[in-house]
Amino acid sequence: MCLGIPGQIVEITDEARMMALAEVSGVRRAVNVACIADGPLQGLIGEWALIHVGFAMAKIDEDEAAQTLAALHELGETQEALEQMAAGDAALEGRV
Amino acid sequence: MKFASEFRDPKLARALLSAIAEKADAIGATREKPVHIMEICGGHTHSIFRYGLDKLIHEGIEFIHGPGCPVCVLPRARVDECIELAERPEVIFTTFGDAMRVPGSKKSLIQAKADGADIRMVYSPLDALELARRNPDREVVFFGLGFETTTPSTALAIQQAAREGLKNFTVFCNHITVPEPIKALLDDPYMMLDGFIGPGHVSMVIGIHPYDFIAQDYGKPIVVAGFEPTDLLQSVLMVLTQIEQGQPRVENQYGRVVPENGNPVSLAAIEDVYEKRPSFEWRGLGEIDASGLRIRPAYRAYDAEEKFGIGYAVGRREVPEVEGCACGQVMTGRIKPTQCPQFGKGCTPETALGALMVSSEGACAAYWQYGGARSAAE
Ligand code: SF4
Repeated sequence: MCLGIPGQIVEITDEARMMALAEVSGVRRAVNVACIADGPLQGLIGEWALIHVGFAMAKIDEDEAAQTLAALHELGETQEALEQMAAGDAALEGRV
Repeated sequence: MKFASEFRDPKLARALLSAIAEKADAIGATREKPVHIMEICGGHTHSIFRYGLDKLIHEGIEFIHGPGCPVCVLPRARVDECIELAERPEVIFTTFGDAMRVPGSKKSLIQAKADGADIRMVYSPLDALELARRNPDREVVFFGLGFETTTPSTALAIQQAAREGLKNFTVFCNHITVPEPIKALLDDPYMMLDGFIGPGHVSMVIGIHPYDFIAQDYGKPIVVAGFEPTDLLQSVLMVLTQIEQGQPRVENQYGRVVPENGNPVSLAAIEDVYEKRPSFEWRGLGEIDASGLRIRPAYRAYDAEEKFGIGYAVGRREVPEVEGCACGQVMTGRIKPTQCPQFGKGCTPETALGALMVSSEGACAAYWQYGGARSAAE
């Protein structure tokens, strides 16, 4: 729960609610970008961020993202994060 | 056992290990008289065991596993209250999956779900918000737990709910803070700690200065660290260097992610939504002053304690810990998991008595999974 996972912002989906799509280890997920927004939201597209419980918490550079992903993979955390995202999707669709 | 050659950057790992050995010798750290370094965060504990750092490092360095896993410190009373909320017919109870297996006094959330309670594992508090939008005739309660890394996300979700005027979304707020339990440990006359490794993702939110008191008032070094094995090794070296120089301070090893003063948006959301509770109960550690957060009166409509008359809003609930469980002693580094009389006997991942055995970041789970540390092996 306490480790973030790197994701790349690929699309802004709701300016008012500061929501974007991030690609996290090949999976696209809605995330909130309020904590990393320092200008027009469109400027975030292509940026890498540490994603934590659905929020982009800090911008990171691409190298850092790649290294962190490799380390998280070793720790089994990537899989865990993807499973949690899938569980979240299932909860929303009432598949529980 | 893992070897340094398995690291992504084995050369760097080897260089760090030998620099650590040199420093440890220089300050006279030995197996009999080790330097005690507490890694506060359960994520770090997990990394240490996963990569076998406890075995690779100079024998004069002993890692003490701290109380920094929010699931581990969840008292049974809180779990019971979650289950009571979840078993109300109108409620959809939402939580991070980590909390599901923590034992309460009668059952865990996972058992309550099997018994028919509508409990849904979500990835984000925003998923809980979305469930509230989609189910206007139900009450959606989000179980807010975690340290400063998670705290702003719940706050931002509450602010969003307030902007939309959602009427059926509340948070059962059990967010806790890192500095206060460290202060409690430092005030404990039986604790022998020589330095700290600070949780990197907490500092990504709060910066490094909330730890100034550790160096200034208690004269102990603290280095805020990242999660890769070489981050941890580098941080140990920085702690040892501070000890050698006799100049304790707060240092930032994880500067590539942690801004010195934290994240302004997160900090503003925390300040807007929460206030400190006078005190808060931790599993195994008891009540710690000002260590928990509650929702400010301005956001009362989103406070599950107020709406459902539960938790600290109606008074503190006394639920004693399981007899023979040594979670508190493990979390304060007094004993190793294997020294708990229940370890591997009454307490296994399938029959856990304490949360330290079921949380993926718990010290007991790490010992179970990776076969224990040097001291446990002998
Ligand atoms: S072995 Fe079980 S009871 Fe003992 S400290 Fe660990 S979690 Fe607690």
